[in-house]
Amino acid sequence: MKRFKLWYRCGVVLLSVLVALAIAAVILTVLGANVLDTFRVIFVYPFSSIKNISGVINIMIPLSLVGIGICIAYRSGIVNIGGEGQMIMGLTLALVVALNVGEMPRALAIPLVLLSGMIGGGVWGAIPGILKTRFQVSELLSTVMLNYIASQFYSYCLRVPMLDPSVAGGSGDPQTVRLSESLWLSRMNQLFPSLDKNMRFHSGILIAIVLALIVFLFMWKTPAGFKMRAAGASERAARYGGINVKNYVVLAILLSGACCGLAGTVEVLGVHHRGLGNVSGGYGFSGIVVALFGGLHPLGVLPAAFFFAVISYGCNSLQINKIPLPGNTIDVLMGLVILVIVSAQMIISNKYIMYRAERWVRAHLLRAGKERA
Amino acid sequence: MTAHAETIRSLRVEHITKRFPGVIACSDISLSVGQGEILALVGENGAGKTTLMNILMGLYTPDEGKIYLNDEPVSFRSPADALACGIGMVHQQYMLVPDLTVLENVALGMQNALSMEEGKGRGRNRMKTDVRAVRTKIEEISSLYGLKVDPDAYIWQISVGEQQRVELIKTLCMGARFLILDEPTSALTPQETDDLIQLLRRMSSKLSIIFISHKLSEVKALCDTMVILRGGQLVYSGKTADHSAADIAELMTGHTVNLSMNRPALNVGQDMLVVKDLCVRGDRGHLALDHLNLSIRAGEIVGLAGVSGNGQRELAEALTGLRGIVSGSMVLDGQELQGKSPLDIISCGMGYIPEERNIEGIVPSMSIRENLVLKDIGTPAFSRRGLLKNKTIDHNAKSLCETFDVRCPGTETAAGSLSGGNIQKVILAREIARSPKFLIAVYPIRGLDMGAAEFIHRQLLDLRDSGVGILLISEEMEEVMDLSDRIAVIFKGKIQKVLEKSEANQRKLGILMAGVEEFDEAV
Repeated sequence: MKRFKLWYRCGVVLLSVLVALAIAAVILTVLGANVLDTFRVIFVYPFSSIKNISGVINIMIPLSLVGIGICIAYRSGIVNIGGEGQMIMGLTLALVVALNVGEMPRALAIPLVLLSGMIGGGVWGAIPGILKTRFQVSELLSTVMLNYIASQFYSYCLRVPMLDPSVAGGSGDPQTVRLSESLWLSRMNQLFPSLDKNMRFHSGILIAIVLALIVFLFMWKTPAGFKMRAAGASERAARYGGINVKNYVVLAILLSGACCGLAGTVEVLGVHHRGLGNVSGGYGFSGIVVALFGGLHPLGVLPAAFFFAVISYGCNSLQINKIPLPGNTIDVLMGLVILVIVSAQMIISNKYIMYRAERWVRAHLLRAGKERA
Repeated sequence: MTAHAETIRSLRVEHITKRFPGVIACSDISLSVGQGEILALVGENGAGKTTLMNILMGLYTPDEGKIYLNDEPVSFRSPADALACGIGMVHQQYMLVPDLTVLENVALGMQNALSMEEGKGRGRNRMKTDVRAVRTKIEEISSLYGLKVDPDAYIWQISVGEQQRVELIKTLCMGARFLILDEPTSALTPQETDDLIQLLRRMSSKLSIIFISHKLSEVKALCDTMVILRGGQLVYSGKTADHSAADIAELMTGHTVNLSMNRPALNVGQDMLVVKDLCVRGDRGHLALDHLNLSIRAGEIVGLAGVSGNGQRELAEALTGLRGIVSGSMVLDGQELQGKSPLDIISCGMGYIPEERNIEGIVPSMSIRENLVLKDIGTPAFSRRGLLKNKTIDHNAKSLCETFDVRCPGTETAAGSLSGGNIQKVILAREIARSPKFLIAVYPIRGLDMGAAEFIHRQLLDLRDSGVGILLISEEMEEVMDLSDRIAVIFKGKIQKVLEKSEANQRKLGILMAGVEEFDEAV
């Protein structure tokens, strides 16, 4: 039975990968691209140099921060689809602070900016939590709607109060002035000079790893985390056990939003060094998939985020590698891969399907094997 | 018509063995049911009843042994196969859609059955169910067996007893001519149980029935023959009349069982819980409790008897702070409970064994050790400086599992994966370990086998003797009469009457539960 389980899991994963590749191959053929070359770029090219790996890790950082945040909410019984909006509101508040700190020691300024990002995201996350617990508003609705509001608000801020005077009146994309260099998150090779000079990913990765550990400890080793998990696993039982479910649900989505806000802030301080359009880059949504793929566990999120970052980096590298594909195909391929992976995971965790499969295998394959023997 | 419409003259199961990793669920079990017979299948949870029935229904294939229908060997690969041969099962949990009518629910079940009969003839329209044919079928079945239902009533409108009739009709409409009933009386009121037994006896003139139960009085009232399983083995097969209820209980559990454990209360003290003029609204906004008055002393068990839906749930929830109250007062050991949060009430010393043990009494996906500290997780006993004391929690779990005989692979096991009896032991262990001043126990043994039920009852009596006041809410008259020192009968949110144990008997209680106050005149 145990042995079958292992074979079964490997089999499903292998099969799903094959299915994804097969569908992708059809699409690529129709579009006139070389199938093998395309796959090589998506899955192998990201590992081909330290520079590319650094690029992968830079994508992994916001993905994992958002993913960790989503875990907290899911585990506590509230679905957070508002990661995108919380990222944006977090980075907006962080930009306000960053543009106004003036001369302040780096060791003080960076934590201050990060903290304000968390506050921005947390407050934005708490709103749907309060609406849910006080007025029974579905968080699915409110978080998605708040995404739009956040995105338009940020767009307004970029265009009016925070606009870089040098692009004012011009036709360029609206953006803020560049942040003072003392606020940038150091790259790893700056932080540790002994590292290869191509290790250009920023130190946000350390923040992500530490945050994953902290969230793990918080959720599994503290009474507050225990209560949040109990509230998420069974609201009635938690209420019965004397847990104030409403407060813990609000706390959960507040913390979830804070993680997303942190993701936005780290992205600005680490990569862009200024506020510009589309900083969030859809991480708020793909972070949800990362969280699910990571088993809704903060420590599982890190490898899951790395995996998604590889695919994402690979897909984005198609153009440089002269694969003649329209830019939007990348989204199609990524969507396809994600869909297949998530379905495979659902099949793996469904015991009934596994039971049927085992019965079928025993009835057909093993009997044939015995007869031959 | 093909063989599948033939009457079932006999069903024989011979030498069935089914192994699961680490256990033999059924070991060399043989039984046979003849035409018009009602066979009782009796055994504790885990004795192998369900496995055996799942084999009969084609959900499992036996490792050894054969099934014979009318002396011909058959093998079922799915419940549909079994049903095609006329064997149908009504499960303990009803599988009905509340927002559909009786007719629609039956039609839902019949889609497959219809396609088998009519598929070839008329080129059946897959998109459309022939509702008129279903209605005719329901009428035919219900007049044949005397099963009264209103085909146009919605499931949510009808009582549990009626829902069960719908399940029976559904199974019969799907072509069953041999019924397996899995603990059919577990959710019924005493009156409904009597009706069901009458009904089944009438039906047995036209079909055969396997009746799974662990309520011995029903088995003795309904069945002529019985099969007793224990630990996957057949321990008795023969006439019901040859054995007394106590003998059967002994065969089931393998040791002597005290069916009656009643002993007088020794340690009765002052009023522990006093409820005055309590008014509480139910889920639908009506007054579920209407100026209810009740007082319970330390060291006594007061049984609350009544047909379910008369305010029992609302009373338990109001007393534990889970439901707000309209007016009135509840005083526990001198402390007013009204307006307090569930946590405050817990720390006042209120223990609560809730009705729905699987989803309310435990967090099913969390481990046993976590569930055992559910109510105390924030206290200094289990956490220090914001961190959980994992060693203490482990130790607590191990010792409680031992004391309360929780049978589990380990304390890390998800509590929801345990059997009902073990879940109830986990809940009881947690509540008793918190040394409460008062305990509310709602249906504490519903659905449990005799061994577990006996254990729980003994614990409740011990707890009472240590000076705890207990409110026992139950529909089982035997349980209430056996354990309680006083019995309060609830009807429509009011206490009809409080009887001393000595003045109570089944008939009196039955009449009071039906809402008649002056029973002397009514008799």
